Amino acid sequence: MEKVSYYPGCSLEGTARDYSESIRAVCQELGIGLDELADWSCCGASSAHSIDHGASIDLPRRNLVIAGRAGRDLVVPCPLCYNRLKVAEKDAASGERRVRIWDLANYMGREEVLHVIKGKVTKPLAGIRAVCYYGCMSSRPPKITDADDCENPMSMDRILACLGAEVVPWSYKTDCCGASHAIPRQDLVFELVGRLYRRAVAAGANCIAVSCQMCQANLDMYQDKINQAMRTDYYLPVLYFTELMGLAMGHRDVRTWFSRHFVDPTALLTQAGLVP
Amino acid sequence: MTARDGHMENAMRIEPTWLATVESESGVKVSACYQCKKCTVGCPLTFAMDIYPDQVIRMVQMGQRERVLACNTVWVCSGCETCTTRCPNAVDVAGIMDYLKETAIRSGMEIPQPKTYVFHKAFLNEIRRRGRVFEAGLVGTYLRESGDLKAKLEDKTLGEELALGWAMFKKGRMRFFPKGIKGKTEIREILK
Repeated sequence: MEKVSYYPGCSLEGTARDYSESIRAVCQELGIGLDELADWSCCGASSAHSIDHGASIDLPRRNLVIAGRAGRDLVVPCPLCYNRLKVAEKDAASGERRVRIWDLANYMGREEVLHVIKGKVTKPLAGIRAVCYYGCMSSRPPKITDADDCENPMSMDRILACLGAEVVPWSYKTDCCGASHAIPRQDLVFELVGRLYRRAVAAGANCIAVSCQMCQANLDMYQDKINQAMRTDYYLPVLYFTELMGLAMGHRDVRTWFSRHFVDPTALLTQAGLVP
Repeated sequence: MTARDGHMENAMRIEPTWLATVESESGVKVSACYQCKKCTVGCPLTFAMDIYPDQVIRMVQMGQRERVLACNTVWVCSGCETCTTRCPNAVDVAGIMDYLKETAIRSGMEIPQPKTYVFHKAFLNEIRRRGRVFEAGLVGTYLRESGDLKAKLEDKTLGEELALGWAMFKKGRMRFFPKGIKGKTEIREILK
């Protein structure tokens, strides 16, 4: 079993429990051992980099020091945490012990992992027509993220293709959802997310695959309200790529993960003949 | 008021040394901007901004400190980094937005979009308190400190907020009790 250090981030202990549970489940299936960083702390997120530049480097650095002691590659499911850890990495003095930091989707989108995923698929996801929505922070800015495809990331596209889903091309993979504006300026998030729905539907998708828990929350939790405000009736389940992996592998907990969503994916899965 | 007074009132105060201060404090070479406006064209939030990102950069170049610090643009910016990524002259536009937020706070001026500032403060307080962010605690503090709690009580929309919280709890997406870390002293040292 391959073992990596794992930095879940604060949201995965709360609003993104479905992401957390599905990650642990599929990693077990794939033989990836997740070793949670001992006593990890918050990366500081948008708030630190907005109003306290020093803390925006020192908060993630504390976690890099812990990861350095563990000595293994560090896998990070939350793109915002990933971004802040990468900022601290780029800022670090050359003498510090380094480990490789991975965005989870990129870690799983590599050929060698895709090969293992393919072997585990028991229920190909025919009938799922997904747009892959990556959000901002695993891609931008590339001088921090080291992304070589920041305008057109492909990791989730590759994973979903392996699962037998139809991946629908669209141009809005990395457009912003408004992130933490959801609390103080919900109107901004509604506008941005409304645009994403419109574009996903125009592309012919019947769901949105995500790798970011902030994007998932903004696209999933307010779909009713946004539909009301825009006078639309979009039905677009917002699914973590790890949940889709679990679905294709016939994992027994898929139903529990999906029960945590605000946009219930049951109708989509029934239509596709994929009810877990 | 005479026309001349009006003119004076609208006149921009120019602080010619400000550009140099911004560049040395932020480490961003703002003077490299040649106004191609690629930042503004790619910005997803221009619909809510009072001046555009390229204008913010230009005004910094021109030393229009007061006007830049009073705009809502730097607080509407979500930090999506599209501008920074696409700038042909490597101007870290999103980084400048953060620098300007901190500058506005340090100057003690009235913040143009105060609720966003309240949110960021509440977020950092959560980290200071426990080392990790407890989402229910964050929202509670935000509602209290921003005045939204009072407003929602008055216009009777608090129910919606509570219904959302309850739905999240039922779905297992909201914990009632926070988790803390052992290294709180280290965190408090960082967030002095």
